Amino acid sequence: MTRPTTARRCARLAGLMVVAAFISAGCTMEPRPENPQSGASDAAMVEDGNVLPSHAPDRFDFGAEASAARVAMWDIDVRPDGEGLPPGQGSVAEGREVYMIHCVACHGPTGTEGPNDRLVDSEQWDDVPTTRTVGNYWPYATTLYDYIRKAMPQLTPGILTEDQVYAVIAYILHLNEIVPEDAVMNAETLPAVVMPARDKFVVDDRIGGTGVVR
Amino acid sequence: MSGSDRSKLSRRAWLATTSGAIAAGVVHTQSDAIRLVAEETPQQVADPTRVPGRFVSEIGSRAAAENPRRLMRTQALSSSSRTPLADLMGTITPSDLHFERHHAGIPDIVFENHELLVHGMVERPMVFRMSDLMRFPQVSRIRFLECSGNGGGVYSRTRMPTEVTVQQMDGLLSTSEWTGVAVSTILREVGVRPGARWILAEGSDSAVMSRSVPLDKVMDDSILAYGQNGERLRPEQGYPLRLFNPGYEGNTSVKWLRRIEVTDQPTHTRDETSKYTDPLGDGTVRQFSLTMDAKSVITFPSFPYALPEQGWWELRGLAWSGRGRITRVEVSTDGGRNWVDADIQGPILPKATVRFRHLFEWRGQDTIIMSRATDETGYVQPTVQQLWDARGERTSYHQNHQRAWKIARTGEVTFGLGELV
Repeated sequence: MTRPTTARRCARLAGLMVVAAFISAGCTMEPRPENPQSGASDAAMVEDGNVLPSHAPDRFDFGAEASAARVAMWDIDVRPDGEGLPPGQGSVAEGREVYMIHCVACHGPTGTEGPNDRLVDSEQWDDVPTTRTVGNYWPYATTLYDYIRKAMPQLTPGILTEDQVYAVIAYILHLNEIVPEDAVMNAETLPAVVMPARDKFVVDDRIGGTGVVR
Repeated sequence: MSGSDRSKLSRRAWLATTSGAIAAGVVHTQSDAIRLVAEETPQQVADPTRVPGRFVSEIGSRAAAENPRRLMRTQALSSSSRTPLADLMGTITPSDLHFERHHAGIPDIVFENHELLVHGMVERPMVFRMSDLMRFPQVSRIRFLECSGNGGGVYSRTRMPTEVTVQQMDGLLSTSEWTGVAVSTILREVGVRPGARWILAEGSDSAVMSRSVPLDKVMDDSILAYGQNGERLRPEQGYPLRLFNPGYEGNTSVKWLRRIEVTDQPTHTRDETSKYTDPLGDGTVRQFSLTMDAKSVITFPSFPYALPEQGWWELRGLAWSGRGRITRVEVSTDGGRNWVDADIQGPILPKATVRFRHLFEWRGQDTIIMSRATDETGYVQPTVQQLWDARGERTSYHQNHQRAWKIARTGEVTFGLGELV
């Protein structure tokens, strides 16, 4: 479909807009950059348009610059390379104490009983996972820190100290036979843990179109 | 009418028309029921032309007899509720019937106090209050939102249900007009540094729900939404601010949004590793399967309704694609042997539901009705066999295969996919 001329676009705008001043201003303006969705239909240009007019300033200066302290207060995510992990550490033995107080009610005495998500299964799988636990499904150990610090325990999130989070991770990894009983988790050791299922994860290859169903 | 005398009314119609009448022994057949309604309705209802009506009011409500309801899973912090698709018309979901999926309940947030932190690989880390965000140039888009878990209940070959409603099967789908500021406008304001590839979006619920989203995506068409269907967001939809990623699985459209970090790599949060990933049956797990592929579902007739008599009926349904516009919807009224184009109600918007309709004459035979959608990329909604072949039979999420309804001789409608596989 050919792209409409500026005149045609203004005519269509005129059909849509009832404010005469807007029409005259709109039609004397420079042509706007074309819609980035090339090949989009006429309807798309009315519907989607550009989100900023051509005369928008480079910066609006709405909002306030965030101080380093302000960013640090909320920047609590942890990545697989360890970025975001805080100081501190915790052992398997310490983690058992934390688990039996804060986790056991929802995840069971050995991490397998529920009623909420099963955490422990060291049995690996070939074609299809039978369970999706930390031990046989989670690809990165750092995700445990990111998630537990943010969301656990479910009824008292945020109650655990940084050391306690490290400790309970050490315990859960030990239950899954991924780290030994004397393991200590900290900002160096946690990102170094290689999870059994890590290499099973592949990038989405669905692309739409008429090709093979993926 | 002899054929349909033996047919049964839908459960809903049966209840609506015969409560008390069955006990009184005056209703034995569907024809009796229709006769009963025709005779009694005028006597039961006051003549509205002889009674002054009600005054104006500050806020409206549905007619007393109209009672659409979401279907709740469990009363729990992590739970969901589903949109009653079969009760709805057109494409827009009334906001109070929009599906819900919360991972730690619905937080109470004060609009004036809410702030969005944008930082990471940016020139200027910034904090925006709602009044700041609302002052930026605004966009509105009609788009669907669908949980990628939708349809998971009709995928298992060995546990294919027959008595499943559209709401149970596909009710994690809703469509709204979303209003807010384009993410590209805000990232332009803070200045994205070279090398950035992803964002991390984080909510201020007690799960601090977090998802990584490709930077290209959010720069293309994502919205920081504060409006839905003409009003501010509802609390269960993320009040006062949510990320909205058109065409992406619903979980990425993080609600109660408080932070965006621009990054060079995904964060691999729990909800993009342990959850929302798709084992493919060959030892691999598909990750970041974000786009919702084309899909359609017939919403009428569907279980538990029943066609009360032979004759002309209009099939009605919804079709949508996360990759753009729907270009075609075909329907079959003979179990997939023959397909004809359904009528699509315009306007056809990208990444939005369209309503399709097809008039057909039911002559009282056993049959199976189906629909399949095609989107602007040429992608055709696959059969369940095609998905089984591609992904195995024990995958999770993104089950967008063709649905089927069986119409029995009695007019009763049940889920019919099990008849075809």
